Amino acid sequence: MSKQFSPPTGRGLAGKHGVAVAAAAALALTVAACSSDSNDDSSTEPAGTVAIANPPVPPTASSSPEGERSVTLVAYDSFPESDTSLNDALNQFTDETGIDVNLLIAGDTGTMLAKASLTAGNPEGDVMWGIDNTFLSRAINDDIFEAYVASNADVLPDELTVLAPNGEATPVDFGDVCVNYDIAWFGDRELAPPNTMQDLTDPAYKDQFVVQNPATSSPGLAFLLATIDEFGADGWQDYWTALKDNGVEVVDSWTQAYYERFSWAGGGPKPLVVSYGSSPPAEVVFADPPREDAPTGVVATTCFRQVEFAGVLRGTAAPAEARELIDFLIDNQFQSELALNLFVYPANVNTELPQEFLDFAVVPAEPRTLDPALIESNRSAWIDEWTELVLG
Amino acid sequence: MSQSPSRQPRWLIFSLAIIPIIGLGVFFLWPFLTLLAEAVTGEAITNTLTRRSTWEIAWFTLWQATVSTVGTIIIGLTPAYVFARYKFHGRELLVGLLTAIFVLPTVVMGAAFLALLPTSLDRTIWAVLGAHVVFNLAVVIRVVGTMWEHLPTDMEAAAATLGANRWRVFTDISFPLIRPAVTAAAAIVFLFTFTSFGVIRVLGATGTRTIEVEIWRRTTQLGEISEAAVLALLQLGILALVVLWSTFAQRRHSRALRLEPLSPRRTPRTKGERRFVAIVVGCTAIVASVPLIALAVRSFSTPSGWSTTAWTNLGQTEIRPGIRIGIDPVNALGNSLRIAVWATLIAVVVGGVAALAIAAAGRSGRFLDTGLMLPLGASAVTIGFGMLITFDADPFDWRASWWLVPVGHALIAVPFVVRTALGPLRAVDPAMTEAAATLGAAPARAWREVVVPYLWRPLAVGAALAAAISLGEFGATSFLSRSGGETLPIAIEQLLGRTGSLLQAQGYVLATMLALTTVVLVAIVDRLRDPGQNEAEGS
Repeated sequence: MSKQFSPPTGRGLAGKHGVAVAAAAALALTVAACSSDSNDDSSTEPAGTVAIANPPVPPTASSSPEGERSVTLVAYDSFPESDTSLNDALNQFTDETGIDVNLLIAGDTGTMLAKASLTAGNPEGDVMWGIDNTFLSRAINDDIFEAYVASNADVLPDELTVLAPNGEATPVDFGDVCVNYDIAWFGDRELAPPNTMQDLTDPAYKDQFVVQNPATSSPGLAFLLATIDEFGADGWQDYWTALKDNGVEVVDSWTQAYYERFSWAGGGPKPLVVSYGSSPPAEVVFADPPREDAPTGVVATTCFRQVEFAGVLRGTAAPAEARELIDFLIDNQFQSELALNLFVYPANVNTELPQEFLDFAVVPAEPRTLDPALIESNRSAWIDEWTELVLG
Repeated sequence: MSQSPSRQPRWLIFSLAIIPIIGLGVFFLWPFLTLLAEAVTGEAITNTLTRRSTWEIAWFTLWQATVSTVGTIIIGLTPAYVFARYKFHGRELLVGLLTAIFVLPTVVMGAAFLALLPTSLDRTIWAVLGAHVVFNLAVVIRVVGTMWEHLPTDMEAAAATLGANRWRVFTDISFPLIRPAVTAAAAIVFLFTFTSFGVIRVLGATGTRTIEVEIWRRTTQLGEISEAAVLALLQLGILALVVLWSTFAQRRHSRALRLEPLSPRRTPRTKGERRFVAIVVGCTAIVASVPLIALAVRSFSTPSGWSTTAWTNLGQTEIRPGIRIGIDPVNALGNSLRIAVWATLIAVVVGGVAALAIAAAGRSGRFLDTGLMLPLGASAVTIGFGMLITFDADPFDWRASWWLVPVGHALIAVPFVVRTALGPLRAVDPAMTEAAATLGAAPARAWREVVVPYLWRPLAVGAALAAAISLGEFGATSFLSRSGGETLPIAIEQLLGRTGSLLQAQGYVLATMLALTTVVLVAIVDRLRDPGQNEAEGS
């Protein structure tokens, strides 16, 4: 039926549109290549940064009249839209620089990245917040970012910057996905909570553990990656077989696992759940009625490190403003608001953590991690293999 | 009527059809084709079509939707009859509750539905099918009920007088007459269950996938947009065939009737009748209220016992000194209502003229009818992403425009308006138009005087459904980027996606508010659409 009702201009416009994008891209390249280096942040770059990292800002940036500078920050959906101290910090950026920050919420991280990949070169905004290390390689391969090394990048620790060594993106925060346990449940039974990955296959913890499906949930994927880190690309299958034999339950989403199946928050039957390293402090901060101690704990050896990145979106109409915003995002002023708003750790080494975090969050000494490129190239195969093994 | 060629002047049909055609073309077909053109590759087609799981998923999607649809119709007809024919206390409230269940986001309704189920059925195919039936009952009661209300009662009465039992009256008289509306309701239920997402994820066994779930997974988890686009095409292809079939079926079985403006509802008379109505209403009330009660109960429950904090703290977003949630429920309610008003206006205007055009156009109307149904069966991903890459350059740079969300909601709501209106419109006896013509009225005038008046009631029903759909819409909204604050369903999803008992309880507070808003809305529209009826009932 589409013949009759598709608008006659449909295909034509789509075609033209493609040409227009190609032309714009070509133009941008030419402009970029011809313009002189107009950014002033090279002096403060940390030593050892590759020179190619900061391409010159195209002069088109100055096309907007003075006093109406603005920048659009694209973020995932748990980024608060207004009202919080994180938003206040962004307002201070506006006060200090005269650059208005528009916030655009693009869905969860996977959705946001899919959109950015589709619109690479003609982005929805200027800066993107929140691509994590499980998605970083895809973001880089799909060429959604313009390389930029923040002028104040020396506040970032090497173990984070090494993940994007050429300024492909800027690490802004990190957190962990860990096995959480219900303290009261284990206390009532005088059973010690598990200490290691291997403990989870112990009959003492039979039928107590609920995880998310890595095919449909990002904490679920992180936990699968943690097991691959622990047992290796050829050993994790046996571990999961053992977990399955020990009655591990798999559900499709974090919400289901935590709020339906977990014994603490959902009144469910499972005292062990895959959640976040920051879930215990969040349980204190958002407790009803208020409480002073965390009801849940974290099995630190199971933690998989998630590092989140921000980057300048390639094709931005406001590259100078975008770079200023990146600098601000890792500035202490903004970083100090992250912990209690997003429940992540600041990337800035000079930023201090609030007391609630120091008390109840566990920062694992040696968090598990995998090379982003390795994750990207194996993700699909691992998930398929896992599905066959655990759900099949 | 199907034998007689269209009597309406061409210009009339054309000027009616132009608005829905342009709307559908610009906001659905163009974005959809752009996405396909950009994303589909030969490699993706080969990969997807040769993958065994693709066909397993397609088969599962098809059979669960078919079973769900048949089940919903069979179970829904009896209450549809009772709701259309009898007066009883709490009728409006029940319709409102059922509508609320239909439109509430599945993430919360799924959780609430679990309260109805014995543990052994949790997360099984039975839970999925049961939820599909319960959630879609409102469609049958509304769409079929609206038709049934318009059927003259004297035919049934005559048949009964001639000795036909209740079953014979139904199979020989009533069912053939309501058949178009049944087909219409079945098509809608089929589309909804075919593209089921939330119910599958919350209530299905882990790893259960419909094509819709797989499209979402490929897009957001694996970043395989090409393969997702092929799946979207496959999904729409299967659906287009089914819908086209149903459109033909609906027209073939349309009969001209002497429709009454409204057959008055009456109180059950005999003892048997009273018992019958009591049982049907009682069962419906249980099914309609238990999940919603479970929802409300959760808004008071925390891991450490009962608490009203989530309610009393509602307007206050500062949880502790300096710590705010960043999700403002009151603001979200305002956003949702504003969007619902716009979406309803668009859907009623576009759906109303579309229904008139389809009814007037005769055979060729079925193409517009089918076309308007397509967005209902299109993946939310394709609507959101299609708009994203289509409206991205001047003069169509509409990305993140506030009105894209109501337009997206209207795309999904228009088929409800059309389907509710078409049944009664098509059943208008051509003899009446002919009589008007004989009396000297020009065809357009005869049409305006005879046909158009039958539009208002179904349009009001359609408006209530459209508003309710907009209030509860999650999928397409979540794939459109936003800068103006979240809607209620999005806020609920956000709250339930974060750790903290207060946030969880507040998510259920919002869900309860959404349910209440829907019930109130449906009640208001019900009163608006037939003040006479309610006066009669009230007296």
